[in-house]
Amino acid sequence: MAAQDNSIAVEGLVREFKKGPRAVDGIDLRVEPGEIYGFLGPNGAGKSTTVLMLTTLLPPTSGTARVGGYDVVKEGPKVRSVIGAALQEAALDPMLTGRDHLRLQSTMQGIARAERKERSNELLERVGLSEAADRRVGGYSGGMKRRLDLALALVHRPRLLFLDEPTTGLDPQSRTALWDEVGRLAREDGVTVFLTTQYLEEADVLADRVGIIDHGRIVAEGTPSSLKAEIGLPSVHANPVEEGDRGRLASVLAAFGEPLGDGSRDVVVRLREGLAGLPAVVRAVDDAGLTLASLEIQAPSLDDVFLAKTGRSLEGAGEGEADAAEPAA
Amino acid sequence: MTGAVPAQVGALARRSIVRTIRQPAAVVFPLIFPIMLLLVNSGGLDASTELPGFPTDSFLAFALAVPFIQGALFSTMNAGTDLARDIQTGFLNRLSLTSMRAFALIAGQLAGVVVMGLVQAAFYVAVGLVVGVDFASGALGILVLFGFAAVISISFGALGAFLAFRTGSGEAIQGLFPLLFVFLFLSSMNTPRNLIGVDWFRVVATANPVSYLIECVRSLIITGWDGEALLLGFGFAVLIGIVATALAFFALHDRLART
Repeated sequence: MAAQDNSIAVEGLVREFKKGPRAVDGIDLRVEPGEIYGFLGPNGAGKSTTVLMLTTLLPPTSGTARVGGYDVVKEGPKVRSVIGAALQEAALDPMLTGRDHLRLQSTMQGIARAERKERSNELLERVGLSEAADRRVGGYSGGMKRRLDLALALVHRPRLLFLDEPTTGLDPQSRTALWDEVGRLAREDGVTVFLTTQYLEEADVLADRVGIIDHGRIVAEGTPSSLKAEIGLPSVHANPVEEGDRGRLASVLAAFGEPLGDGSRDVVVRLREGLAGLPAVVRAVDDAGLTLASLEIQAPSLDDVFLAKTGRSLEGAGEGEADAAEPAA
Repeated sequence: MTGAVPAQVGALARRSIVRTIRQPAAVVFPLIFPIMLLLVNSGGLDASTELPGFPTDSFLAFALAVPFIQGALFSTMNAGTDLARDIQTGFLNRLSLTSMRAFALIAGQLAGVVVMGLVQAAFYVAVGLVVGVDFASGALGILVLFGFAAVISISFGALGAFLAFRTGSGEAIQGLFPLLFVFLFLSSMNTPRNLIGVDWFRVVATANPVSYLIECVRSLIITGWDGEALLLGFGFAVLIGIVATALAFFALHDRLART
């Protein structure tokens, strides 16, 4: 029954580590075939641990997960046969060339000898590395390494693809190129993509649905637009010229909605009456004799969703936390 | 798709060789360092051949056995640090996501180590011939020497693999390397065991398996065909190989937490 089931189904998944809290604390999620699912959260939220469990590299402490129709605990080899994965660090051998990597990967994946060369060339071209194919990977840029990493994950034509923070550290051009390729894989090839990221823009642009994870728990899930619609109201971000006026500004703005601490130096309030409340805000600030260095209105973003669900901003949240600690015995 | 094990072993062996030969230091150092030590020792200890009962009048021929064992120790470190680097960089995880068999990983790595071990052996034999060492066991003995070099490369390479899977750290393996050299220095590398005058040293050298590995090689170079030396040498080499390989498999099993 598992054949051609490209879904991911997770129930009550838990992973505990030695001397630490639960890295993953009972998550439930479902990813439909051909969908790009963005798993968004700060460092240490449990994203990579979840990916390791779903790719069979780390046994769950409890809960169940089926990937491609196969149980990740009981049917590990079958799961591995239908998935491709590019994990957090592009694990490449600097002494090998790009072509060497593809030759090795295709052999290890059991691709027939006659097909290996053709498949390698096809993938090198697809990720734009044909010219660099015979250069050692040690001389590749970060973007080239990520693209090779993606090509290696695709060698055996997987039905599901796991990408763990695939664009971290990449320049905007490389990031966009990778997004295009991932989008194409889902749209044209029907590959189900499970993508972790700490970039709001990445989840917003790329993902059909987003799960927001914090401290090992999914705190929100839905399409980017539905999640933002949940928050609904825009927020005003104001900054006084005089540092000493910050408290007074906060008091004035508090009359117009819910104060939000977004982690920046701005005074932030979600406007109770939406954009209609803006003129009154400006008048109140003026009446109070406050001079502003900046005043911005921001439509709800996924960061606002994260803020609303966790009380913290995604930017900078979780810094200093390690995602994967030592496994418990 | 299930990768055929022989193809996997071949691919991993090829990788092991390619990445070694692309690091000149990993090739040149195991060749040059033992020969330098051989020449220094031969210069300083040549007078040992005057000792009554010393088995040859050429210390160079006597000591030529040592580079073979030193080369094998380098195999330990190279195999270990390569595998440890794979663990540290996540390359092992990449391989774990394929249909790779644990056997293929270890066998592939060891096949690469054997190739390098044979290259080293050929170099040491060539150096011996160039400096005028007369191989008492002849051409057939040199072939046996290559066979022995392959066996000890596997044995010490498996030891390196075990240390890598156990510790997961290249630095830890490099830290253990001097300890392995202690075994070499506490052996009969510079003096036949029956001529070691210090009692405790003789006892330690007799208990030290490395002595029998050296004496096996030495017998082929200076004695000819010595069944006991060959038996003890191959016996200990195979024993070390079996134990180290078994330990490497257990450690890899623990390291590969995949379901």
